[in-house]
Amino acid sequence: MFNAKIWVRFKNGVLDPQGAAIKGALNHLGFEAEDVRVGKLIEVKLKADNLDEAKAKVEMMCEKLLANPVLEDFSFEVVEESI
Amino acid sequence: MRGAVIVFPGSNCDVDCFHVWKDVLGQPAEYVFHKEKFSPEDFDLIILPGGFSYGDYLRAGAIARFSPAMDSVYKAAEKGKLILGICNGFQILLEAGLLPGAMMKNRDLKFHCHDVYLKVGTADSPFTNMYLPGEVVKMPIAHGEGNYYADADTIERLKREDRIVFYYSDEKGNITDEANPNGSVENIAGILNEERNVLGMMPHPERCAEEILGNTDGKRLFMSILEYLEGRVKIGKSRRS
Repeated sequence: MFNAKIWVRFKNGVLDPQGAAIKGALNHLGFEAEDVRVGKLIEVKLKADNLDEAKAKVEMMCEKLLANPVLEDFSFEVVEESI
Repeated sequence: MRGAVIVFPGSNCDVDCFHVWKDVLGQPAEYVFHKEKFSPEDFDLIILPGGFSYGDYLRAGAIARFSPAMDSVYKAAEKGKLILGICNGFQILLEAGLLPGAMMKNRDLKFHCHDVYLKVGTADSPFTNMYLPGEVVKMPIAHGEGNYYADADTIERLKREDRIVFYYSDEKGNITDEANPNGSVENIAGILNEERNVLGMMPHPERCAEEILGNTDGKRLFMSILEYLEGRVKIGKSRRS
């Protein structure tokens, strides 16, 4: 069994209204945030014969469903579950 | 002319769309459940209604696009059948790649539920042939994610091919930032695909198609569809010029 952590983020240049609102709130609290971007963390547990196969599967998940290529980039890490 | 309304889990404008096509336009209408498949020959018009399909989980429309019924919608679109996506239906068409671009949360992060003025960008479509180009109409919007985004090349192409159907405008037809309810690029409220048989739009024409509702600006969209399907109008002039 493998555990994947997948991060989906807006591409650079895409305005992130949630990030802008949070930045405003942080600055209001005195934190002087320069920039805030909101993304998603998706955790997937999956079966695969080996790490390479698990990574290939996760890549396909991202391309097909988890990220929208018009707006978003994705990155991920996959680790084998310790027994 | 046979119309289908696809019902996803979370659709909430399906009954309104069905009612307008069947009772206002007097045409046969059927509901198609998201788990059902159909043949492209079964329907002349397929409506993807508004709502919150699959709870808008992940992204609005992202999960609905993989429904069995959507396989049939792709085939019908390829065969030139008319596909109308309203609100969540527009979001599904974008996620499905039947229309270019993507939807983001409204720039003010608020759900907008009110009437807007729309400038008709093109009347050269199966959906808008009973409007005049440049005419200003009023329709309601009701969405939290209607902030249309596409890259500059895509926008340029949409303009060049006369595929922007509605712009958010003021009452006089001025396309201004103040008249933009959600932050959409270039105030875009609705677009066509290249073949002009697929329309996605955020405003709700089905909510303004009867006198009793105080506004019939949306009725002409459905009448346009009927005019086209019954062969009384031809479209595509602007593409050839």
